[in-house]
Amino acid sequence: MHIHRLERIWLIFGISMLFLFLLVLGVGTFVWGMAPPHSGNHHSFDPTKVEEHAPFDKPGLKKIGENHYEAVMTAYVFSYAPDVIEIPAGATVDFIVTSKDVVHGFQIPGTNVNMMVLPGEVTEISHTFDKPGEYLILCNEYCGAYHEVMQARVIVT
Amino acid sequence: MAELERVVKKQEKLQHQETGLKGTFVSVMIVGGFIAACWLFAFIVFVIRNGG
Amino acid sequence: MNSDRFDPRDAKLVIAHIVFAFVALFIGGVAGLLQGMVRSGTITLPADIGYYQLLTAHGVLMALIFTTYFIVGFLFSGVSKTMGGALLPAARRMAWIGYWLMSIGTVLGVILILLNKATVLYTFYAPMMASPYYYIALTLVVVGSWLSGYAIFYQYIKWRKANKGQLSPLFAFMAVVTMLMWQIATIGVAAEVLLQLIPWSFGWVDTINVLLSRTLFWYFGHPLVYFWLLPAYICWYVVIPKVIGGKIFSDSLARLSFILFLLFSIPVGFHHQLMEPGISPMWKYIQVVLTFMVIIPSLMTAFSMFATFELAGRARGGTGLFGWMKKLPWGDVRFFAPFMGMLIFIPAGAGGIINASNQMNAVVHNTLWVTGHFHLTVATSVALTFFGITFWLIPHVTGRTLTKQLNRFGIIQTLLWCIGMFFMSGSMHLVGLFGSPRRTSYTTYNDHPEAILWMKYHVAMAVGGMILFVAVILMMYILFALMKTPKGECEFPIAEVSEHAEPTPKILERWSLWIGIAVVLILIAYTVPMAGMIMNDVPGSPGYTTW
Repeated sequence: MHIHRLERIWLIFGISMLFLFLLVLGVGTFVWGMAPPHSGNHHSFDPTKVEEHAPFDKPGLKKIGENHYEAVMTAYVFSYAPDVIEIPAGATVDFIVTSKDVVHGFQIPGTNVNMMVLPGEVTEISHTFDKPGEYLILCNEYCGAYHEVMQARVIVT
Repeated sequence: MAELERVVKKQEKLQHQETGLKGTFVSVMIVGGFIAACWLFAFIVFVIRNGG
Repeated sequence: MNSDRFDPRDAKLVIAHIVFAFVALFIGGVAGLLQGMVRSGTITLPADIGYYQLLTAHGVLMALIFTTYFIVGFLFSGVSKTMGGALLPAARRMAWIGYWLMSIGTVLGVILILLNKATVLYTFYAPMMASPYYYIALTLVVVGSWLSGYAIFYQYIKWRKANKGQLSPLFAFMAVVTMLMWQIATIGVAAEVLLQLIPWSFGWVDTINVLLSRTLFWYFGHPLVYFWLLPAYICWYVVIPKVIGGKIFSDSLARLSFILFLLFSIPVGFHHQLMEPGISPMWKYIQVVLTFMVIIPSLMTAFSMFATFELAGRARGGTGLFGWMKKLPWGDVRFFAPFMGMLIFIPAGAGGIINASNQMNAVVHNTLWVTGHFHLTVATSVALTFFGITFWLIPHVTGRTLTKQLNRFGIIQTLLWCIGMFFMSGSMHLVGLFGSPRRTSYTTYNDHPEAILWMKYHVAMAVGGMILFVAVILMMYILFALMKTPKGECEFPIAEVSEHAEPTPKILERWSLWIGIAVVLILIAYTVPMAGMIMNDVPGSPGYTTW
């Protein structure tokens, strides 16, 4: 099928651009550890037995290293538990979250912390809080009548 | 002779078509540039929020 | 041929679909207007209607009903026109049964939404559990649309038999690809609704596999947007060249682009699930690669559109690099409205590429940026094209004229739409980058400084929404006025192919080949991850009514 010379040039340029984007995204994901949120080593579990399923049997903030914390949280209508986390500036937090009921979101505006929280599944994401302040965690997945008040805080001192 | 005429006509037609689409080519390249600029912008936002 | 009287029996069918579509648009528009005003703090709603009910109604009426009805009506018009001058009796019968099934489903669904029994939005994510009759209502809409598709397939198959060896009319070919893609895509949501949601909401089973239900939905949810886009592309490829006095740049490339849409618009649903657990980064990335493939036919279309404009403009005396632009019929709403749709598709598509970019999706996921994006794609590119079609379609099928005054109103309506959308979608994109979430009612998150910052953008959104609502009212007036204009002739613009275009390869119409490849791609993209979800022996989730 004959393609006009100028169209051929355009398509080659366009497809190369897309290929370049995919390359950057692929290297970022698989080489530099910038993958989208995922389940880590966790598997699916019974969503009605959250409190019996590690690590959600001991929710909360735990220091696991020098300036490195684990925040094990559950989302539920219409809040998070715990709903306040306090850490020093420069700390890295691994958020490990599940839902006790419906699908929720977990987003910290101004950062790349933005993930879905499913019942029976665990989502993990890490973030380093360099600047002190009071960060908002909000639910960005519609979950019911009071979805718009569902929030938590990360206080970085 | 007729064969040569046919070849020349085809060249002329192709040439005519090439000029005929210069504006199209520039337009789509501008579109491509816009797409690239938007993507780059979003990529930079992502990288900065990741902690540069 | 283009001015031949449209078959009156088919006219009834087309009008029924178009009018229903616009009534849905109007009601959906009322909901949208109120939503904007709530989020900006301008109004509070009375006790008997909730924000999320309005949002559910808005999504269903705009994204499912307005779109599907207009698409089916438009496709029937072109299929009738180009394949024999009338629908065959069996096709027409199937079409009407489809129409009634869809309409009963729509009314049932809207009633349940108003009764607060289905405040689960148009994506109805489990384990939020609506009334089983909501899912039944949506089933009726989808099954009705299948019958509309079968009517088109039937007409096409009969035409091919009666015209052996001939190339099918471009409109008909594209209509078949559209409904074929729809049929393959809706299998996913049908499985979710029939095998999961309905038994679960009736209580026949206690739990539901949430991840599987979301995956089945988005297997459908992405091609859904191409179901919206392809009919707009049909207008751009087949109708617009005739409107501007030009010819189709390349019949082969037009058909090829549609085949590429058929292949690559379905095995890509994971790009709507990039932030979810339970799906490995590898499979997400594979589907991102497939998603980027579906950008290619749009790049081809961009070239074809500009080329069509340039050739037509130069033939009218346009010179220089861009002089041909001035020669296009800017004052003709049949061109101007779809053209604005094309123009807006540039930022719309750019945003879409960002959304699909794997880890970069974290910047925009579930923020108002996404809402801004699809108000450009479906609510502007597709909607303005559909409005542009309406201006000649209604007069043509009813044997009336498009008056100068209505044409002028159309130009004004198009401009109003673009201005409103600039404010609304523009603010949505910006405030989304700042983190303001979509699908969320008025809140300041206990006066958190970020949330306070968002408020002025929400006000700009509401202003844009108000302008859009005025544009909706104007379009409703135009619609009914079009059915009362003087009797006369209004052509159904169908372009001829340029003499310079080379003949179309027959392989493009070898359906078994293309359907086969589409199925293989779907199996490659989905088999392993979905098998993992299905074979999960962990109990599913019970239902919740959280509203």
